[in-house]
This record gives sequence, C-alpha cells and structure tokens, in this order.
Amino acid sequence: MTLLAPPHPLEKRVLLRRFPEPRTEPVWIDEYLRTDGYEAIRKALAMEPEQIVDEVKKSALRGRGGAGFPTGMKWSFVDRKSPKPKYVVVNADEGEPGTCKDRILMGYDPHRLIEGVLIGGRAIGANRGWIYIRGEYREYIDILDRAIAEAYERGFLGSNVLGTGWEFHLSTHTGAGSYECGEETALLESLEGKRGNPRLKPPFPATSGAFQCPTIVNNVETFCAVPDIILNGGEWYAALGTPKNGGTRLVCLSGHIERPGVYEVPLGMNLLTILNEIGGGVWKGRKLKAVIPGGSSSPVLKAEECDIPADYDSLAKAGSMLGSGATVVLDETTDMAKVLARLMKFYAHESCGWCIPCREGTTWLKKITARLEEGIGSERDIDTIDRISQSMLGRTFCPLGDAAAMPAMAIARKFREEILEKLSRADAFAPVEGAQPLVVL
Amino acid sequence: MANMVTLTIDGKPVTVPAGTLVIDAAKQAGIDIPAFCYYEGFSVQAACRMCLVEVEKMPKLQPSCALPAAEGMVVHTETPKVVEARKSTIEFLLTNHPLDCPVCDKGGECELQDMTFRYGLGESQFLEIKHHADEKQWSPLVFYDPARCILCYRCIRVCDEGLGVAALGLSYRGVSAEIIPNKGDHLECDECGWCIDVCPVGALTSGTYRYKSRPWEMNYVPAICTHCSNGCKTTLSVRNGEIIRSNNRDRSGINGEFLCVKGRFGFDFVHNEERLQSPLIRKDGKLEPVSWSEALKFVVSRVRETIERNGKFAVIGSTRTTNEENFYLQKFARQGLRTNNIDHHRSGDVITLVDALAGRTDALATVGDLYTCDAALVLGADLAQQHPLLAYQLRANWRHHRSPVFVVTPGPVREDQYAARSLRAEAGGEVERLEELREELKARQNLVVLYGASVKGEAVRRLVAFGDSLGIPVKYVCLVDYVNSRGAVDMGLLPHLGPGYKPVEIPGMHLDAMMAAPDLDVIWVAGANPLEGGREFASKNAFVIVHELFLTETAQRADVVLPSMSLYEKNGTVTNVCGEVQRTKAGPKVMGTKSDLDILGLLAAQLGFDIGIPSQEKVLDEIRRTVRGYNVPLPVLATGGAAQAAVLNGNVPVDAQPEQVRPSGDTLFTSGTLGKYSKRLAQLMEAPGRLFQP
Repeated sequence: MTLLAPPHPLEKRVLLRRFPEPRTEPVWIDEYLRTDGYEAIRKALAMEPEQIVDEVKKSALRGRGGAGFPTGMKWSFVDRKSPKPKYVVVNADEGEPGTCKDRILMGYDPHRLIEGVLIGGRAIGANRGWIYIRGEYREYIDILDRAIAEAYERGFLGSNVLGTGWEFHLSTHTGAGSYECGEETALLESLEGKRGNPRLKPPFPATSGAFQCPTIVNNVETFCAVPDIILNGGEWYAALGTPKNGGTRLVCLSGHIERPGVYEVPLGMNLLTILNEIGGGVWKGRKLKAVIPGGSSSPVLKAEECDIPADYDSLAKAGSMLGSGATVVLDETTDMAKVLARLMKFYAHESCGWCIPCREGTTWLKKITARLEEGIGSERDIDTIDRISQSMLGRTFCPLGDAAAMPAMAIARKFREEILEKLSRADAFAPVEGAQPLVVL
Repeated sequence: MANMVTLTIDGKPVTVPAGTLVIDAAKQAGIDIPAFCYYEGFSVQAACRMCLVEVEKMPKLQPSCALPAAEGMVVHTETPKVVEARKSTIEFLLTNHPLDCPVCDKGGECELQDMTFRYGLGESQFLEIKHHADEKQWSPLVFYDPARCILCYRCIRVCDEGLGVAALGLSYRGVSAEIIPNKGDHLECDECGWCIDVCPVGALTSGTYRYKSRPWEMNYVPAICTHCSNGCKTTLSVRNGEIIRSNNRDRSGINGEFLCVKGRFGFDFVHNEERLQSPLIRKDGKLEPVSWSEALKFVVSRVRETIERNGKFAVIGSTRTTNEENFYLQKFARQGLRTNNIDHHRSGDVITLVDALAGRTDALATVGDLYTCDAALVLGADLAQQHPLLAYQLRANWRHHRSPVFVVTPGPVREDQYAARSLRAEAGGEVERLEELREELKARQNLVVLYGASVKGEAVRRLVAFGDSLGIPVKYVCLVDYVNSRGAVDMGLLPHLGPGYKPVEIPGMHLDAMMAAPDLDVIWVAGANPLEGGREFASKNAFVIVHELFLTETAQRADVVLPSMSLYEKNGTVTNVCGEVQRTKAGPKVMGTKSDLDILGLLAAQLGFDIGIPSQEKVLDEIRRTVRGYNVPLPVLATGGAAQAAVLNGNVPVDAQPEQVRPSGDTLFTSGTLGKYSKRLAQLMEAPGRLFQP
C-alpha cells in the first residue's frame, strides 16, 4: 500500500487524524473504536435526521469530488417522506488524473467512510448503500470488504444498527474502468448494471437516482468528513476553513515536486505555501513553470498565477478550479505541447461517445495535439484548439466535455508562444534535453 | 385548462400543456428546431445537441428536446449564438463522417445533408485522419456502416421501446462507439427494418435497396400492404415499373412510420420469375401458354355452354383482391352465372359479431382506437406475429398512456412482456376465463376487445354479453388474416349473404360444400388456393378457371389459368381488420397480367352479362350507393385516409357458419401463397435463430 507521509507542521489533520505516524496497516475496527470510532453515528442516531442535515449545512462542507456542491444542501433535497426506498452511494471511482486521496482514506481508515455513509443514510432515511469503487483499486476493495464485514459483526451495519431497529446495509460495487463513471449519473447507470452513460438532469439523483429512487451520491472524502462534523459540530468544522469553504481538504501533490503525496490542509491555504512548504518545492532545484491545481480538468495556472488561496472561490476567480484537489506541478523543463497531448489523449479515450460535441471534439483535439507534440503544425492549429474547445464548453451532455475543453483552452492560450516556438524549431522532432516524464499523468 | 403554460418562442406566444417539450411547443408555433436524436414518441436522449436554443435567464444553451416549457419562458431558436453552436455541431459530425454522399443510399434524403446545407460551414478545418470502422452485415436485410453513423440512437429506441424486441445496443466508447446487435454479430429480431428507415444518415442500409437507386429516380406510389389484414399504408418506390423498396417515411396512413418485415421487404413476390405472364389452357393434359383473346374465347364458350345446359357453377373469391373486384365478382356470379355458390377463405367470425352488435354505433374499434383506449383485451391471438400493427398500437398505448393490456391466449405471446394479466386457455376456451378479469376490466374507462379465429359462433355472443355486463363502453375487433379478408365478407363473397350482410333468398354452397360436391360443372377460383396442402375438388370433371399470380396447386389443376395482378399493381379500395376502407394505387407493372376486374369485365361483356361497367371508380360508386355502411367519404380516401365502414345497422338473420372459419396460422415471416413466392421472407425463415421468441 502507498505509504502515508508523516504529517507536515503546516498540515491540519482531521480526516487523517488517526495517522500521526507513518504506517502501512489500515485502522481495523478495534483501533477505530479506541479512537472514538463510531461515536459519531451513536450521536447521530440520537439526533433528528433534519438536525444531521443542518449540522452538515453549518459545516459549509462542499463536495470533494470536484464540483464542490454544498453537501448539506444536496442531502436536504431528498424527500424523506417519499414512499420509495432511499439510497446512499459513495463515489469511490477516483478517476480524475492526479487524484490519489480517496484511496488513502479507504486504505487507511475504512471505518471512517462506513461511519460517514451511515450518518448520511440516517440523514435521508435510507436503508441501503453502495460504495462504487473503481476496479483498479483491488486492494482497497478488499480492505473495505473486510471493514464492512467487521462492521456487520459488531452491529454497526445490518438489520438492526446498534439495536435501534434501523436497518442499513452496505456493500462495495466494482466499476469496470471508465472515467465517465465518476460522473454521478453515469455511476448510477453503471451501478444498475447498464452502460456507463450519463443521465439527463433533471431529475437529479436526490429525486430519482439509483433504481429511480431518491439517492445521495457523494465522494469518499465528503463522507469521511462527516463523522467529525457530527462529533464536533458544524461550526467547528466550518471555522477550519474560509467562509463558504468549510473545513480541511486533502491535497494530492504530484509531478515535479520534492515530496509528492497526500496532505491535509485547511481550505484557503496559499497554493505556493502548499507547494513550497509542504511539498518541499519544485524538484531538483528547478523553477516552477505551471500548476494544474485541481485535477487534469482544471485549467492550468502559470507560475506567476499561483500566489492565491487554494479554496473553491479563489481558484474559480483565477479562472481555474479546486476540483478534486489533485495538484500537479510542472517544472521549467516541461514540454507543454506534450502535456496538452497527453491530457487530450486521456479525454478522447474516456469520452463515452454519447453526445456529439464531446465525442468528436475530444477526438479532434487528441489528433491535433498529438501532431503538435511531434512538432508538426502551425499557428492555425492553436486557433483551432481554442475554437473546438469553445464549441464544446457548456454544450455537452455532461461535464466531461468541459473537463477536456477547459485545460485545452488554458494551455493553448497561456503557452501559445512556447508551442509556436517548438513548431518553428528545426529540431522540433527531437526531445527537449533533460525533460522529465510526468510522474502521475 | 389549469395546467397550461404560455411561453414565447422567437417572439411568438405559444400556449401548451405544462410539461410539453420546447421543441414540440416550437413545432406548434410553426418553428422548426433541427434535431437528430429527438424522435417524436420515443425517449429523450439530448445527445446530438443540434436542438440547442437560447433561453433568457439561463446562462448555457439548452437542449430544447429535454427542456419542459415553463410559464413565461422566453426562447430564441435562431440567435447568432445558437446558429454558431449548430454550425460547430455539424462541423464536429463531419470530422469523422466519410462524406461518401455520391454513393450513399441516403444521398438526397439524408438529414445530415439537409442540416449541412442549412448550417454547414462550407469549409473544414479538419486536417486529421478520419476514424474508420468497417461495414457489417447483421442480417440478410440489415447492413450497418459505423463510419456514417452519427449515434442518434433512434434505431435502438424504435426496436426496444417501439417493438419490445431490443435487438440493438451500443458498444465501445468515445469516437469508437457504435451500434451493435445485442446478439453480438447478428440480429435476432422481427427484421422489420424500421431501424433502417429511422436512420437519419446512411448508416443502416437495407439489404434489398442498397446501391440500387437514387431517391430522385423513383416514383412514389401510395399503396396498402397486401399481406396481413392490418392495412398498413406503404409507399412503394417504383422505378421503370419495378418496386425498388417500400417504406412509409412520410408517416401517412393509419400506421405512421410502422411497417413489419412483410410490408417493408415482402414485396419481391411481384417480380418473382415464376409470375404468370401469359394465360394458360390445358391442351392434351398439359397447360400451354396462349394469347389472352384465345383464353377468354375458350372460357366464354365453356361458360356459355354450361349456362345453356343449366350446369352448376361454384365461385371462390379472394382475400387479397380489392373491394371493387370482390363486389364485381359476386355480381358476376349471382347475376351472370346465376348462382349463390360463392365463398372465400374465412379467417374470422365477422358475421356473428356484426349480428351480435346490430344496431349499435361506435362498437367497432379502429386502429387508432387501439392507441387511445383505456384498456385492451386480446383473446386467442398472437398479435406480434399475426397483427404487427395492432400489437404496435397496443404497446405504444401502454408506453405513452399506461393503458393496460390483458391477454388470454393458448401459449405465450410477446404482449406478456408488459400485459397487466396474461391468462392461458385452450384455443376456443378463451371466453371461459374472462370472469377472472371482470373486476380489473370494470375499473377501466373503456375497453377494446380483439379476438382471434378460435373465438367464433356462440363464443362471440358470450364475449359480447360479457362486454355488455362490464358497464363500460366496449369496442371490438374481429381478427382476420389477409389484406381484404374483411372486405370479402363485407362485399358478400358468401353463399348466404350478399354485399352489406343482406341475406340472399336461396343460399348457395359454402366452401366446404363446394370442395365436397361431386357434380360441379365449373369451378371458378378468382385469386385463391383452395387446393393448398394436397386437397382436391370432389368434382373430378369440373372445368376449373383460375385467376392467379403463380402456378399454385389450384392453378395446376386448372383448365384455364388467367394471369392476374397483385394488389400492388392495381387501383382500388381494401378494408382492413378494423373495417377501415383505404385506397391503394397501382405501382409496378408486370407484363401480360390483367386485374381481376378487367378479366371479369371482358368476360362479362363477351358473355352479355349486364352487370355494370368494370371500372374501379364506377364500381366503387355503386358500392358506396348500395352496400350497407360503405358510403365512405371520398375525400378521406382520396387524401390517403382511412374511413371506417359502418356495417352495424341491422341483424344478420342467418347461420354464421362458424365452422367455415379457419385461421391461416401465418407468422411474421409467412404470408400464405404470396409469402411462398417472396424469396426474402423465405430467406429469413431459413436463417437460424432469426425469429424473435417472446
């Protein structure tokens, strides 16, 4: 299993609070119970469901999957009085390139996720939950399955949760390897055993989700934040971050950085502080060229744009997004045409093909950028990339089209000169001397 | 109405029921919003993004096919932003499209071409290598070229939602995504070919039409499908007297776009090389080709001679000739040959039903009623196999209105998939199980009952009595087998009933009696095959005159064979299973053949029978004047509509002879004599695993 790095002094570990020391073993149930595990669900079982939702609302917790939708609000959309069964679905598909936080949570602290799901289930009146986990996470699936079995054994899951008479069942459901299935409605289709195509919204999952029943779908990290919110109160959690951006969040540092890994920081910490202090700065003493701040779909930030607080609103203002917290660092030797080509190859491969702009647009972008990577092309190609991206933005069926268009547009605009220079070089075909392959992408 | 909303589309106020999609509301206002994946009556996909429109107070362009109209909504459908989006969608579509329009079947009637004409950029920035995948053959009739496919998913939806067959699915992803048969590499389906018709581009092509013609080279002839009794309108594409294809993409007629495999592909019997193209006369025991004049002279002399010596005639009519021909035939028999020995192959007990419902109005259902009724009851019939249009209507009614269907049949049928209740009963015993459904049926607003050939005689009366006892309006459909089976009954091809169910004074022999009678002098078979399956006329020495398309068992026994036209080659009217009269027009031409009306007319003139001018219009005029219930409005017929004959205005005080009712037992892929001579249908029958099992 991936080694969890020792905590950095600037970190604020809430979700990772059980890991003051580096370790390799997950927290199994006995250890979990010793460190006030399953206290939050005991507390939640004594609360009214509305109170749970209110507490989550107060915490200003926003979805950690990428879109950043306020979690409490999402839960409040579920009609608890509906005669239909309600469901809880954990999005553990973690497909956004650069993202590696959910596996840390599932791999080290699986009971925290189970407890978070239980609280979510209690809040909406559900009796059934699934953890939809990507198939590549075989070892984490095994860990979760063992943890779920432990929880059943101790009565935290089952037909009579902690003797309250409330029934809640949970199991893992393995995905088959599709980025698109991280989109909540495509995930639900896949969960139902269908092709992972996104669904038309509305209706949103809160009204008609899994098997056409009210459903909440949240990211692993989101659920993992819930137990501490219930234990310590929403205000406590909110105060950890900035207004409207409650709490802490996990940052996945990767790329050309000295200390790659997963760190937990309060929302709003300066991006450069994260990179230079916690991550130890750009590797090999090189200069920073650019940062992809929130997973591969977030528009790239040039080095000079990085001096901003890393929270949802500040990054949005800077024209990018916090996304899944996957921060990819690119040093001065990076060939941006290559970065662009690699990203576009990914999106063309992962487009489900459902709608025209995404299916054709991502493929076209892949083909152009593959040429540019080889140094074949002209200025017009860069204009075409921009035009294709604009034709995709906001016009595709689901956000995958936007996810491909945004980084394409950002790189083509911000590094236009660099790409042009590459195209003009006689030896454009030769690799740039000393260029390093990206670690994560 | 309370739940109406008013929105503004391109400055025009439009009032529609709440929940109406903006694309439909626009249509109502006369504004055409282009779309590929949107298909009326099927589920919304919102995949093609062509129908994006600008809605005030919404930041993004919205797909109008998925956007319900709301009060006060302001929609713009042709702003520069919208047009730009459509241009880019077309540009995207064309990046990997092969643009092989010059040889594509769809060229000239392609929605992608039309849309490119309307929104295309005219030049392309696409410099890359196009994605390609090879063409595949899924069945003898269906080919798929993924390179041309724009993935609108219409084919998947008509097959799954429309027909309940679900033979098609989607495979792979991204630019490699393509439609595949759910059986992997071949289709196991009804082979109806609807997927080909709904394809907006040339991705799905028909095995019978591909690379044969350009759409503008053909004449389009509105005809009625000559196979089953449902009476689907089909538009024949005719070039140089040959039918090239058959479809109903103009959605005219009672069936809209629906056609089954027989309607869409089963026309090839017309041009079968075994078609008779010259009259035949038996000389020295062998049938020899002769000229029409010689053949007619021969018939006239034998008939005149038989009349003179008071010989016995028997006439067997057809279930596939027009109403005009049937009417003229019975007149020819009754007034010319002076016999009531006339009958045809009866496949449903219409007579008892007409008697049991005598004097009522609105007690016979139309094909349209099957889509609007509140519940339907199917007795003793496999609708999906034998009455595909009726099956489709019931399914659509369930799909759109959740109207339940109740089924009582001897074996499993496809309607079981969605039926509210499916009961099994032995053939003939269906009515006995109806009590079990009483409470559920009583709770509905109205009901349509469809019954097959096993419900006949007293069972029909018990069925009507049961319907009456429910206390709700009930309409009936007596299921019959062939295109004009119902018309043959209405036109009096019966030994005891003249046209319009008028009893004759001295009833003649019914079909079984004719077959068994040892002393007939002349047996006249106008387009039927009573000797099918090795049967024989007991009158060994009878002179047999046969009008036929092919040398059938009956034609082989004949002394004179007169080559006649199929329904596709002549003008006239036919009456479908629901009693709806429709006009059909002549499309192809087959040399050497004559219509039954012409044959009878020529003979009548030479024999000196004064039975009216044998012109289709004149005979139709006489039918409208004299046959009960057939005063159908001509403008309806002339405009391709269906007018239901009102035959229920008096008792029919005769024995209905229910023992004469014999179902033909055809399936989706058979069609009596015509089916045997349709190589395509035969080909499908032979293909293993092709038949969809319920």
